[in-house]
Amino acid sequence: MEQRFVYMDYNATTPLREEVKARMIEDLDIYANASSMHEAGRRARDRVEMARKQVAALIGAKDPSTIIFTSGGSESNNTVFTTMYELGRNAERRKIITTAIEHPCVLNAARHLADEGFPVVFLGVDGQGRIDLSELERELDPARSSGGASLLVSVMAANNEIGTVQDLAAISRLAKAAGALLHTDAVQAAGKLPIDVEAWGVDYLTLSCHKIYGPKGIGALYMRRGTKAEPLIRGGHQELGIRAGTYNNQGILGFGYAAELALRDQGAFEMRLRALRSRLRDGILAAVPDVRVNGHPTHVLPNTLNVSFPGAEGEAILLSLDLEGIEVSTGSACASGSLEPSHVLMATGVGPELAHGSIRFSLGRGSSEEDVDYVIEKLAPAIKRLRRMSTIPSSACRA
Amino acid sequence: MSDTNNSAFQWLYSPIVKEHFTNPKNVFDPDEAFAADAEGVVGNIKCGDQMMFMLKIKDDVIADVRWKTYGCASAIASTSMLSEVIKGMPIREAYSIKPSDIASRLGGLPENKIHCSVLGDKALRAAIDSYLEKTHRAGAFKGEDAVVVCNCLNITDKDIEQAVKDGARSWEQLQEATKIGTVCGGCKPRAEELLHEYIHIYGS
Repeated sequence: MEQRFVYMDYNATTPLREEVKARMIEDLDIYANASSMHEAGRRARDRVEMARKQVAALIGAKDPSTIIFTSGGSESNNTVFTTMYELGRNAERRKIITTAIEHPCVLNAARHLADEGFPVVFLGVDGQGRIDLSELERELDPARSSGGASLLVSVMAANNEIGTVQDLAAISRLAKAAGALLHTDAVQAAGKLPIDVEAWGVDYLTLSCHKIYGPKGIGALYMRRGTKAEPLIRGGHQELGIRAGTYNNQGILGFGYAAELALRDQGAFEMRLRALRSRLRDGILAAVPDVRVNGHPTHVLPNTLNVSFPGAEGEAILLSLDLEGIEVSTGSACASGSLEPSHVLMATGVGPELAHGSIRFSLGRGSSEEDVDYVIEKLAPAIKRLRRMSTIPSSACRA
Repeated sequence: MSDTNNSAFQWLYSPIVKEHFTNPKNVFDPDEAFAADAEGVVGNIKCGDQMMFMLKIKDDVIADVRWKTYGCASAIASTSMLSEVIKGMPIREAYSIKPSDIASRLGGLPENKIHCSVLGDKALRAAIDSYLEKTHRAGAFKGEDAVVVCNCLNITDKDIEQAVKDGARSWEQLQEATKIGTVCGGCKPRAEELLHEYIHIYGS
């Protein structure tokens, strides 16, 4: 098989869709400030409000004014935690419950609240990456746990590294019963799974545009009507005063169109990706001995396959594949710049042996059966070569 | 459109690193019969890397070498380079090779990958140490290449290494073992760096 270029890192980011790119280029000539009162300004604003409707539709939000545009997922998540600081700093109800497998922007925002004296709990996960609902229930009950009444439960809809999907409807019932607010980081779920803020019963939901084939630098925070938000960026009256700054017209327009297409394609896209993921998983299991598939077998993103190759180190695997034109990511410490391997895999209890030797394959719109077969073909000899020179036997890590 | 930053399109490492990563030299082949006179293993899986050196030694000169590693691309490349450099070298000379010598022969390594390349020379030294022990010269080369870290109390990197080998895993335990940093304290940043490095090698 001749050399191919195979991008399998769609959870890191996605390419801009051609249709979206074309609309954004068209829109570049509309320079007016969308806050201006004159006709040109109103035209620009029209497009912003159109995009707001499109983004609202993607997550089943009936009221478009519940969508606040931000610079991306990190800003949306930080806005929620900054809001909790304001709501909780002088209140009795101030406990924050999140999970050990959140994206670093949630983990670090939560740690910051802990530094500020808030009671913060990081729920563990089981071997497949799901939180224990009875543990959540206990943490929400001031009689059975420390920290008093809970202000916020923040649980990601789907994990970026292992793809595990949480039971948000059940989490929501528990949070509501305890009077807590519910936030979910749905950056990875968007476009890949159906999202319904009403069925999930969330108060805040985070979206990022560049994960759904739109431009980078734009995202959104859904806020249920009546929930509060504290601005991270103060200034003008844009976005109900919650997010100041001149409208990023092209970004917002691109986001809106990408959301519309993602909603239109979601069902078929999910089905196609699930089939490709199965092909990749089965192919790897057949071609490479002693591997472990991480994450949940069924409650998992359709595009995400995380595999550990004991005996071979993740960065070395990644770079071996890179030389073959295959782009993936790893949970190895050697690729993170720290000495710690993936916090997500470690939280699932796989141990450092499997975490250091893990590779995340994330498929997307551009992925084909040929790509999958090429990866399987190139992966097997790469793992074999690294294992042959390894001091750690591949069998040593069998569970 | 012109490329404003050409290096971004190159491989992550230098071409020499790439060559040694894709075609590493002197890797131990499980199918070959390599009768080593000395072996050394350092590192542990918890930190994500482990290194093993096997030496054939004749008249205190390294006649042949094999190695194995569970490690990243820069660990593989630097050990491959190291194994080439030490062939035919007296063990006394090989004992004092520094990771920085290897890194520069590789055309440099990214700053955050330097710690990945220190395992090779540590494993090599462990192998030579075991050979010296076998030939009743235990510790003969110790101290020759020691670098003073704490000038007030004349404490060297070797003293810190020994303290970690003896169980020190925190700054307090290191101070207890060596009294380092108890006078002016100016050595603390470097000493903590070394402590971290040796814990990485000898395990937490």
